[in-house]
Amino acid sequence: MILEALDIRKLYGAYVALDGVSLSIREGEFVSIIGPNGAGKTTLINVLTGVLQPSAGSVRFKGKDIGGIGTVALTRLGMARSFQLVQIFPELTVLETLQAAVVSRLGRGAKLFASLAADGQVQADALEVAALFGLSDKAHALARELPQGDKKLLDVASAFALRPEIILLDEPTSGVSTADKHAIMEILVGAAKRIGLRAIIQVEHDMDIVFGYSDRIIALHQGKVLADATPAEIEADARVVDIVVGRRHSTGSERPSPYPLPEGERDNQDPSPPMGERVG
Amino acid sequence: MRTPVVLSLVGIAFLGIPVLAPAYYVTLMLPFMAYGVVLLGLNLLFGYTGLVSFGHALFIGIGAYTGAVLTTYLGVRHIELILPAAALAAAVVAAPVGALCVRYVKIYFGMLTLAFGMVFYTFLLKFYRLTGGDEGMRMLRPYLLGSEWTGFSKTAYLIGPYYYFSLAVLVLATLLMWRIVRSPFGLCLKTIRDNPLKAESLGVSVPRYRWYAFMISAVYAAVGGALLATPTGNVDPTLAYWTHSGNIVFMVLLGGFSSFFGPLLGAFAFIFLQDTVMSVFPYWRLIFGAVLAFIVIFAPGGLMGLFARRRRPVEVSRA
Repeated sequence: MILEALDIRKLYGAYVALDGVSLSIREGEFVSIIGPNGAGKTTLINVLTGVLQPSAGSVRFKGKDIGGIGTVALTRLGMARSFQLVQIFPELTVLETLQAAVVSRLGRGAKLFASLAADGQVQADALEVAALFGLSDKAHALARELPQGDKKLLDVASAFALRPEIILLDEPTSGVSTADKHAIMEILVGAAKRIGLRAIIQVEHDMDIVFGYSDRIIALHQGKVLADATPAEIEADARVVDIVVGRRHSTGSERPSPYPLPEGERDNQDPSPPMGERVG
Repeated sequence: MRTPVVLSLVGIAFLGIPVLAPAYYVTLMLPFMAYGVVLLGLNLLFGYTGLVSFGHALFIGIGAYTGAVLTTYLGVRHIELILPAAALAAAVVAAPVGALCVRYVKIYFGMLTLAFGMVFYTFLLKFYRLTGGDEGMRMLRPYLLGSEWTGFSKTAYLIGPYYYFSLAVLVLATLLMWRIVRSPFGLCLKTIRDNPLKAESLGVSVPRYRWYAFMISAVYAAVGGALLATPTGNVDPTLAYWTHSGNIVFMVLLGGFSSFFGPLLGAFAFIFLQDTVMSVFPYWRLIFGAVLAFIVIFAPGGLMGLFARRRRPVEVSRA
């Protein structure tokens, strides 16, 4: 178990954003968190990434309690995230953005008088990530001048440049044209394989993306886990479809997961519990 | 290629100024070089980290008073000792002040720095026995390179050895800052300036790096302050007054905070513009106010933005 949340509650005053949420993320999984607006998805991501301290419950990453430890510490532990709204450095180039992530990963940020341009490892790693995400030809373009799809890619690419063990993506294809969504996801999962990512968690509204790429789907509703199951099981659950998924494509349009579990592990997975009962 | 050529020409011009220019204009170059050092540091905070300090005169004052105390009361006359001592004193003060201030951003950061500046100003003004109150204290002529330069009159000393010493300090400070802003550290500061939330998500400890930048800028300000005190031969509380902090922010805006050399150009323009305007018009602040308004509205890139072909336009928040 790489990441585990146990009975998480998060209160904003009297408002209960998360109410007893439990989940676990296993090695090699691509897990999607879905739910209607206000279900608590972003709050859950913020709790899982140490930005928010849960009001009750605990979050364990690689066996260590990470509740509220903060983004920087969690990044060093091997967890990265991207944001629902594109987060870039407008006045930095694509390459500089990726270099910043590499510098941070290598712990070289406090080097006052070292030449960034002369740091071969930083340059090479940043260029490698740019190539992985198809951004090589835009390496010297300012981030703010990129098309929206490329901004989204850069946001995710910079998180990948940290070479994390697990990444949490908050709506990785939001604000991107339908035509670009699958292209972004293909790039993303390809890069995940290449850098040896151990797990991906995404919050996503686009059900084509969710069902096309996920090994497991966790449905949230009113701050609680409504279901935690495979895409096929979720699709077969009328209640989840009614509350969360809505009308969707036929099963035949599903893509095979391009981010499969390692050989032999998929068949050994525990069967998911009945929907609506899974609370860990 | 253009920048090295321009810099070489400027360097040659600076070396020739004491020989070719009237003494009066050479003495005007001294505050320019002192402020140049101050502004290099201030712009690390302003242009590269995105924090506007309205209290940096605090550190100019610390540098200047350190020089005055050392030369007048402690008998330390070697400027090679005075400048590091000024830097050290500023670092000691900046460590706790910065640690508190960098927890805040935007107007709150600006107001906190202003508040600390005013606390120090009041200390200088009211603790008469220690500081000389509003009369301040003398800054004796420092020795340069181990020499007292006794054969030189005050003017000859200032437009000769002291000019070249100040120029050497400015060049050294510029080279160091050039390295800093092009280092991994400088890149981290730029990420914080552009998007602190994203910077944090990439593992950049925003408060810590802001604190480092604050400390470095304070050290630069103190070294500049110590250089500034020698030509006047006296230090007083107005060095730490908030209008002085405003002036140096103005200089940065005048030159252009988005450019590495912009603040230096701003210091140069400010000193010579102030001298020119003051000689013909008593209400020089009226003119400067109009200039500031013009820059903010029509030339947010400052003089560098007007003269240089910019890589990208400066966006001014109208919110």
